[in-house]
Amino acid sequence: MTESKLLVQDKQIVVPGEELAQGMDYLPSSGSYRDDNSIVSQVMGLVRIDGKVIKIIPLTGKYLPKRNDVIIAQVTDVAYSAWTLNTFSAYNAMLSLKEATSEYIEKGADLTKFYNIGDYIVVKITNVTSQKLIDVTMKGPGLRKLRKGRIFQVNSHKVPRIIGKQGSMVMVVKNHTNTQVTVGQNGVVWVYGEDPKMENLAEKAIKKIEAESHTDGLTDKMEKWLSGEVKK
Amino acid sequence: MSFKRPDGRKFDELRPMEAKAGVVKSADGSAMFKIGKTVAFATVRGPREMFPRFMKNPKKGVLRVYYQMMPFSGVGDRIRPGPNRRAKEISMVTENAFAEVIMLEDFPNAVVDVFIDIPQADAGTRCAGICAASIALADAGIPMKEMIAGIAPGRVGDTLLVDLDYAEEAFEDATVADVPMAITSRSGKVSLLQMDGELTQEQLKELIKKTKDACAKINEVQKKALKEKYEVPK
Repeated sequence: MTESKLLVQDKQIVVPGEELAQGMDYLPSSGSYRDDNSIVSQVMGLVRIDGKVIKIIPLTGKYLPKRNDVIIAQVTDVAYSAWTLNTFSAYNAMLSLKEATSEYIEKGADLTKFYNIGDYIVVKITNVTSQKLIDVTMKGPGLRKLRKGRIFQVNSHKVPRIIGKQGSMVMVVKNHTNTQVTVGQNGVVWVYGEDPKMENLAEKAIKKIEAESHTDGLTDKMEKWLSGEVKK
Repeated sequence: MSFKRPDGRKFDELRPMEAKAGVVKSADGSAMFKIGKTVAFATVRGPREMFPRFMKNPKKGVLRVYYQMMPFSGVGDRIRPGPNRRAKEISMVTENAFAEVIMLEDFPNAVVDVFIDIPQADAGTRCAGICAASIALADAGIPMKEMIAGIAPGRVGDTLLVDLDYAEEAFEDATVADVPMAITSRSGKVSLLQMDGELTQEQLKELIKKTKDACAKINEVQKKALKEKYEVPK
C-alpha cells in the first residue's frame, strides 16, 4: 500500500476533477468523491481540510433547499388552499393554509388578502422530500410578510459569512446603519431603514461582505469601514 | 510527399487558445472558448424547473444542450438560425459526451440548460462548444466528476494532424478524414468520437493518442480560465 499524501492546500481553489489527496488515510466529504486510491473534487470551490476530512466549499451554484432553513421566498401563485412560492432554487415550495396563519379563514375566502402574488415572505422549510417537494411554514419567530424595504440577492454559499458567528456580522451592519436586515439561507436579503441613505449603505456593506468573504478578520474590517462611511 | 499545413503549424500543434469564464452576467454560468478563428460561447441556466413537464426525470436531473451556429458565423452564406439536422445531432452528441461526467442526482425533476452559440466558425465548432460548455458548467457550480476537453484531429492525405481548421478539412487535392473527439480530464476516457472519412486501425489509435496529449493542454487553459475568475485579489 502506498503512503497517503495531500496534494492541495487549505483554501486553495479547485475545479471539478482535480485530485486532492492520495491514499486511504483521507476521507471525502461534501463536494469531493473517492475514486480508487484518490480523492477528487466534483465542484468548483475552496478546499477545506479538517483533520482527515477533505471538503469543498462551493464558490458558485444555486441554493439547495434544506430542512429547517429560514428563507425569503416570493409568492408566485395563489391556489384554493395554498400558496406557491419561488424559493430561488431549482424547486418551488408550497405554503399550505394551515401553516400560513393561525387566523380563522372562512371557506372560499380570498387568499390574496393574506399573501398576494409578488409578495416576499420569510418562511421556514419544514420538509424536503426525495422528489424535492418543499413544505414551508410561517409559524415561528421572525417568520412574516415583508413590507417596505428592498430585496436583493447574494450568493447563497456566502450567507453563513454574511450572518457571521451567532449573527455577529449582520449585527455590525444593523447597528451602524440603523436598519433592519433579514438574510435568507437561499441568498435573498431584505433591508429596511428609515433613512434611505442608510438603507443604501447597508446593501453596499452586505455586497462588500459577499465579495470579500474569503478574507480573515472581516468583522473588524467591516466595523471600521462602516463607521467611516456613516460619518460621511 | 508530405502535406504542409496552410497556416504553417506543426502536425500536432494546436491553434492559439483563449478562454474566459463568466462572460454572460445574467446566466448561472457561462464561458467563452476560442481556438484559432473558431469561437464558442456557452451559457448555463439551471438547475431549474423542467418544461415540458413530461420530460422530467424523477430519479435525477436532466442535461439539455442547444447548439447553434449564428447566422453570420460561416464563411459566406447566411446560416439559417434555429435547430436543423446538424445542430440537433451536435446537441445530442454533446449531451452524451457530458453524460459520463455530470452528477445530477441531487436535482431530480430539474433541468440544466446549456446553450452553445458559435459566433465565428473555422472548423472544430462542436469541440470548441464542448470546451466552452465544460467551463460554463463548472462556473455554474454543477457537480462533475471531471472536466471535458474536445479537439478534432484528422488525416489529410497520409499525414495525421491535430486540430484541423477549415482549409485543411476542405482540402481538395487529397482525401481527408476528421475525427472530432472529447476526452475527460482525469481518467482520459473518450466521451465523444465521430469519424468522417476513412482511417486504418493504426491511424485511429495514433490519433487518439495525439488527442489525449492535446486535450491535456486544453484542460490547462480551461482550469486557468476558471481560476482566474475566482482568484482572490490580494
